[in-house]
Amino acid sequence: MTTAPLDNPMAPAKRRLSHNAIFWIGFCVVMALLIVAPMVLPVFWRRFLTEVLIWGLLAMSSDLLIGYTGMVSFGHSAFFGLGMYGAAAALLLVSPPNLWLAIGLGLAGAAGAALFVAYFSTRLRDIYFAITTLIFSQIFYVIIFTWTAVTGGENGLIFTRPHLTIPFLYDGRFTNETMHWFVLAVVTASYLILRRVTRSPFGMVLQSIRENEARTRAIGYPVERYKIVAVMLSGLFAGLAGVLYAIQNEFAAPDFVYFITSGDTVIFNVMGGIGTLVGPIVGAGFFQLIRELLSRLFGDQFPYLIPLGVIFIVMIIFLPQGLLGFARRWLNR
Amino acid sequence: MNTIIGFIQNIPLDLLLIQTVNGIVTGMILALVASGLTLIFGIMDVVNFAHGELFMLGAYVGVVVFALTGNFWIALILATMIVAILGASMQILTLRPLIGRDPLTTILATFGISLILQNYVLWQFGPVARKISEPITTHFNLFYLEYPWYRLVIAGLSAALIGLFWVFLKQSKFGVWIRATTQDRVMAQAMGIPVPWVYTGVFAIGAALAAASGVLFAPMAGVTHTMGLDWVLKAFIVVVVGGMGSLGGSIAAAIFISLLEAYAAIWVSPAQAVIVSFIVLILTLLFRPTGLFVPTPK
Repeated sequence: MTTAPLDNPMAPAKRRLSHNAIFWIGFCVVMALLIVAPMVLPVFWRRFLTEVLIWGLLAMSSDLLIGYTGMVSFGHSAFFGLGMYGAAAALLLVSPPNLWLAIGLGLAGAAGAALFVAYFSTRLRDIYFAITTLIFSQIFYVIIFTWTAVTGGENGLIFTRPHLTIPFLYDGRFTNETMHWFVLAVVTASYLILRRVTRSPFGMVLQSIRENEARTRAIGYPVERYKIVAVMLSGLFAGLAGVLYAIQNEFAAPDFVYFITSGDTVIFNVMGGIGTLVGPIVGAGFFQLIRELLSRLFGDQFPYLIPLGVIFIVMIIFLPQGLLGFARRWLNR
Repeated sequence: MNTIIGFIQNIPLDLLLIQTVNGIVTGMILALVASGLTLIFGIMDVVNFAHGELFMLGAYVGVVVFALTGNFWIALILATMIVAILGASMQILTLRPLIGRDPLTTILATFGISLILQNYVLWQFGPVARKISEPITTHFNLFYLEYPWYRLVIAGLSAALIGLFWVFLKQSKFGVWIRATTQDRVMAQAMGIPVPWVYTGVFAIGAALAAASGVLFAPMAGVTHTMGLDWVLKAFIVVVVGGMGSLGGSIAAAIFISLLEAYAAIWVSPAQAVIVSFIVLILTLLFRPTGLFVPTPK
């Protein structure tokens, strides 16, 4: 459902510049900052930024469901984790380790999990969807945790980072900078793809499901099929985030398949602003920044999730749109 | 064919009976947890994600009171009351401002609450499991096992609490208010029922039921800060399998699922036995999404 042209609340003075121009100028500025960042920032913050981008990708993938289709998924850890373990399998079984094979296998793993989850859980709506996705992610957690022979159980899997290979162009070890740029490239490409998807006719149907599912069905759209595709698409991007995280940290652990990861994903979304795609990345940054700040102020043992939980609840009550909520309409125009 | 017959002949009958008793005991506790969850959901349209944390908190308050007084029954009553008051204040602080918003915001808010409670307990008590000693230490002989009477007492107590709760719903004035609010919120308000306070009361009752089951369960296994998630997941499965919002269905499903898990634990580890209840959930979703233990809707 296309929304009627809205007044641009962002910059009434710049009315002469088109909406598109402003968007792309902003996009380029942010990109330039993120590209330069690893060369300027100290090591710790560079790594911090790279991880925020990965968590942001995970949160962005779940925004396709929460913000655009109106389904809250509490099971994104399954897709993330399967992406992680898929990449791990590719890196451990094939030598020399190949980056693209890792991505391929990670995506395949996530797609498998997503197909399974999507097929069953899209039969239910609202809260029951949320609960069933959570339960399915726990199934994957239990399997990965107990199948020690294959997954390494509690210890997880450790592997070495593959080379960064771009066929015919480049082949070299990942340095901290190239790792950051690689992650940035993948996240940016994912953002552009997801943005295109949400603005496509398919994305419009998803948004109409969010606004009024019964009416969408009455018009004649096969709602269930759209939902399944949406969950799978979302799962694929979550899996991609898992692959990136595995390559960045050189391990896969069952902790990341556990419910906590899904919960964090939902928190990122709500904090940053659902239905904006960039909001979840901002939310991830906000969350990790507060966490880092708290542990620096009060020590590592400080239960940072207590104040973060309070902030989260306060935001739900008083700022349900999230940090970037004010720009939601503008970003989706 | 021979392998199947061999398998059936090899089923240890004594173990089967022991697991039946075990399954019924955990099933009764689970029913107590799930009935609170169903009640809160049926009336307020709130999925209480923090329900497992209330269970856990009940167990921890029980541990503290037990350490102070040394009496299990005082611990049970005090923990129930304290968590009920806490539940009421939680509802007033976080859920009341959300009345009238999308029900999904309540699942997010209660998720936030569960995060806070879980981490608070971890911070205060550390990751080491605590235990309450059993109030009744006598055993009876069940085959080669000395089966503790306490477990049967738990099952009986849980059943009694559920019965009491049912009578309360049917007979008391507040129970009538609750049922009226379930049927028609607006009309109930028009008749002068203080609906916001009914919500708070219901949340407090649900919290109390969860806390009571937490204390009852505490002597059977260690009390840890992560036990809430296991129980809330199981309770959710029970609510879906039993038919959403149906109290009787939830109780039947709780016993059914606990029995299945207990039987599965004969052959696989208890961690893997959980998968059985997941499979029941999947099958229910596939073939009877309205729930196994409710009449077929028209």
